[in-house]
This record gives sequence, C-alpha cells and structure tokens, in this order.
Amino acid sequence: MYNQTEIIKDTTELGPEGELVVNMGPQHPATHGVLHLVVTLNGETIKKIEPHLGYIHRSIEKMCESLTYRQFIYVTSRMDYLSSHINNTACALLVEKGMQIEVPERAKVVRTILNELTRIASHELWIGAMAMDLGAFTPFFYAFREREMITEIMEDTCGARLTMNYIVPSGLMYDIHPEFQTKVKAFIKQFKEKVTEYEDLVTGNIIFQSRTKGVGVLTPEDAISYGCSGPVARASGVSCDMRKIAPYDAYDKVEFDEIIETAGDSFARYMVRVKEMNQSIRIIEQLIDNIPEGDFVGKTKNVLKLNKGEFYQRVETARGELGVYVVSEGGTTPYRIKFRSPGFSNLSVLDHIANGSKIGDLMATMGTLDLVIPDIDR
Amino acid sequence: MELNENIAGNPPFPGIIHETPGGGIVVSTFDSIINWARSNSLWPLSFATSCCGIEMMSTASAKYDFSRFGFEVARASPRQADVIIIAGTIVNKMAPVLKRLYDQMADPKYVIAMGACAISGGPFFYNTYSVVKGADHVIPVDVYIPGCPPRPEALLHSLITLQEKIKMGMTRDQIRADFK
Repeated sequence: MYNQTEIIKDTTELGPEGELVVNMGPQHPATHGVLHLVVTLNGETIKKIEPHLGYIHRSIEKMCESLTYRQFIYVTSRMDYLSSHINNTACALLVEKGMQIEVPERAKVVRTILNELTRIASHELWIGAMAMDLGAFTPFFYAFREREMITEIMEDTCGARLTMNYIVPSGLMYDIHPEFQTKVKAFIKQFKEKVTEYEDLVTGNIIFQSRTKGVGVLTPEDAISYGCSGPVARASGVSCDMRKIAPYDAYDKVEFDEIIETAGDSFARYMVRVKEMNQSIRIIEQLIDNIPEGDFVGKTKNVLKLNKGEFYQRVETARGELGVYVVSEGGTTPYRIKFRSPGFSNLSVLDHIANGSKIGDLMATMGTLDLVIPDIDR
Repeated sequence: MELNENIAGNPPFPGIIHETPGGGIVVSTFDSIINWARSNSLWPLSFATSCCGIEMMSTASAKYDFSRFGFEVARASPRQADVIIIAGTIVNKMAPVLKRLYDQMADPKYVIAMGACAISGGPFFYNTYSVVKGADHVIPVDVYIPGCPPRPEALLHSLITLQEKIKMGMTRDQIRADFK
C-alpha cells in the first residue's frame, strides 16, 4: 500500500530550473479515468510529460493464469470495457486456434456484426468525451442518443449492456434475439440520418478546428517506432488495420475501406474515427440480411485443453491492435498470458507529440488518443 | 398541488399547513426543512475509475437523465461535491487517493459504492494482489449497488434511496446500520 506522504510530496512545486511541475490526476476531470500525468512546464509550454500508471492495475494477466480457457474470457470484458466484444473475440479466436476448433458460419457473421456495433458505440462515446474535454457538452448527449440504441440491441441479445460476455470458444453463448435484425436495421437508419448532426456540431465548428488542426502532430516514422496502432497510427498515414492485414471471422467476406489520413494531427485522428463509423455501418449492412442459418456454437468438449506451445492472436479493437499471447503447457489453464494493449503504446507517444505545445493543447491531444486506462494498466 | 401531497412514494414536504384566507402558514422544524432541501440537490463527484463510469455517463445522458433528481451538477473538485459515487475498482495504489478525496469533501458527505468491485472487489477478488476488496475498507459507504456494471436504473434507485434516507433525517450511522 502506498503511503500518504508519498502522494503529498508530489504536489505542485518548482523544479530545479524554475520550471513548474504540475500533477494532473489521478482524480482529474480530463484524464478519462485515473491516469496520473506529471507535467513539467516552462511558463505555459510543456517541457516534459511523465505518465504514472498503476492506479487501476487489477492484475488481470496474473488472474487469467488460474482461470480455465472458458473462464478467462469473461475477465477480459473488463479490460477495455468499451470494446468488450472485441476483447472476447480475440480470446475466443486464440482458444479456437490452439485447439483447431471449427466455428459455424452463423457465429462468425454475428460476431462480426457485434464487433462493428461495439466499435461504433466506442467511437460515439469517444466523440462525447473528447468534445467535453474541449469544453463542449452538447455532443455528449447527441452521441449517447445513438449509443443507447446499440446498448439496447446488446441487452436483447447478450443480456448485458456493457460487459457482454457473449462470445465463447467455438461460437456464441446462445442464439441471437428474434428482433436482432429489425433493431439493427432501425439503428442503421437512424444513425445515417443523425450522423450529419455530429458533423454540423463538431467537425465544422471553427473553435474545434482551430484547437485540433496542427496540434499534436505525429509523423508516420514516430507512429511506427512507438508501436502506435488503430486510428492514431492511421491518422498519420500508417496502414495497420488488422481487419485487412490478418482477417478473422467474416472480415474477409465484406468490403470496406481502411481509413487513412495523412495530416497526423488531432483533427486527422478525429476524422479517422468519424469515417470509421460509416465503414462499420457499411460492414453491418452487408451482413445483416445474410446471417446464415445453422448452429450458433460448434461442438466442443466441456473441458478445454490447449495444445502445448505458444499462441498469438491479434484483432482490431476500437483503439488499435490488441494482441493476446498465451503459453500453454497442455493443461486446462494458461501457463502465462500477456495482452498487448493498444492504449499503452498510444499513451507512450503522448510525451513526444505534446512536447513544446501549450498546456491547453494537451487536452486536445490526449483526448484524441482515446485512452482507456484499465486497458493500459490491466 | 398540495404541499404535503405524497408524490410517487416520496416523503412529502415536511411540515403542517395551517390554512388562512388567501394562503397559509407552514409550521415545521429547521432540521427537517434543511434535510428536505439538502436531499434535492446532491452534487456528485465525478469519480470513475473503470467500467461503471461508463454506466454513470449513461445515467447522465438524456435517456436516463439523473438531473431529474437533482444530481446533474457533477463536480470535478471534491470540495464542491456532496456525494461520491465510487464507480469502479479501487486498487491499493488508488486507495490513499480515495481517502484523501473523501477527507477533502465538506460535511455532510455521502458515499455510494457502485458495482461489485466497489462492494467487494468484484470479479477481481479471486487471486489478485492489487485490488482492495471493497471500498468500505477505505471510507464508509452509505448505499451499495450490486451489478457488474449496474444498470442506470439501479444507479437512479440508489440515488433516490439516499435522498429518502436524508429526508427522513437519519444520521450517517443510522443510514449505514439500516443498509447492513
């Protein structure tokens, strides 16, 4: 347990060269959870940013070592809770890879639809949260209006609004809700009508543009060397979409574009996410009428045992590339498990891209990195 | 509308009305009126550590809208907040920070533990070295909401429960004893 004096010592103080050291967080309105940033300032200019992690370290990796291959999937829903379906899919795919289980086509298609719905929900929440960081409160309500429709669909089908735990090795936990297709279609219809409202509210807003354009520029070389992935890297012109590079589930059967912007600034990261939502809608539209009939779960043994060896599976979450690495000794529990979370690499680049800018721009830069702290700390 | 009409099960405005021509006089005690006023404007501290924070945001959004009950002014500073909604897991490194935030809040202050993690360590109680097994190891808790994460309706219910407790003029100790 950390003692009280250690934290008090860290409060605002003058550094050796007359620089001001400011602590942001762990309880701070703009840090999206419990990130602790130690910012060294010279006047208003940022000299150095040092992120402190561990305020929500829940030892998920260590816990997974004592859970069976059916159980450990449910814990990963709590890791990156905004893309919990995608986390579950990554783990299920890994177990299927390790045991060479065939997944029914129906399950593959439903997984893909749900993953894309999750991506939209995550980006919707991000728009609201980022606009709040920049001082606009209204986009939050607009974004949550559509997001509630997705959570309702999830609730009907999966039984939970946020941490769904619906995907199991070899398929789905149970079949989809009878009204699943109707509700998803209703959502697509509403989303297409309303997405222009975000554009009117946020994209074209002159205050928003002047606060994000040219702020926090990340070059493609730095994006690669820091290991950035997802919308952060794609906004810098790096092609890194796992759905294209290593297709899983039904992604090889659908047509969609990988969104790439070249500016690399905060505004480009915003545009990538907005355009990605439209691509997700495109994927869902192709699949929603073509859900194959058949089993929703394949036949497996009750006790799952992975073959001896090392396995790695990567998927594209709403934040970037999520990797799951498992060392198996042939037993019912993993010997070692490691998650490569996209947020960790995306956070590491913060010092580099925000260095030299003003402290007011730090929020715009950090907001567009879309950090989920429990994903970073695990 | 009558002042002391019972609206949807809520305790009415405290006091006795003496009708007079062209109006009336309300006779009451200071304590009960202060409690009544206090319960209708509780400002929560936006303290979200993990998943439950997203459901707290859903509750703030237009569909559930906790501003209907006087909770809309989510404060970022503990010095301006009345109630702290612990939305998420508390780990050993976060525990002293939570204690400090609680100490900084002005009296009267209330605590709601939202979700399984804040109640007992949640799905992480098993074989973990870093999670505090319940926020009540660190600060006293008034209302517990089970769920992982709880639905927005559950959060609303807990907020209304806390309001009713305050209106009934119960002290912190009584509220806590009642929930055990």
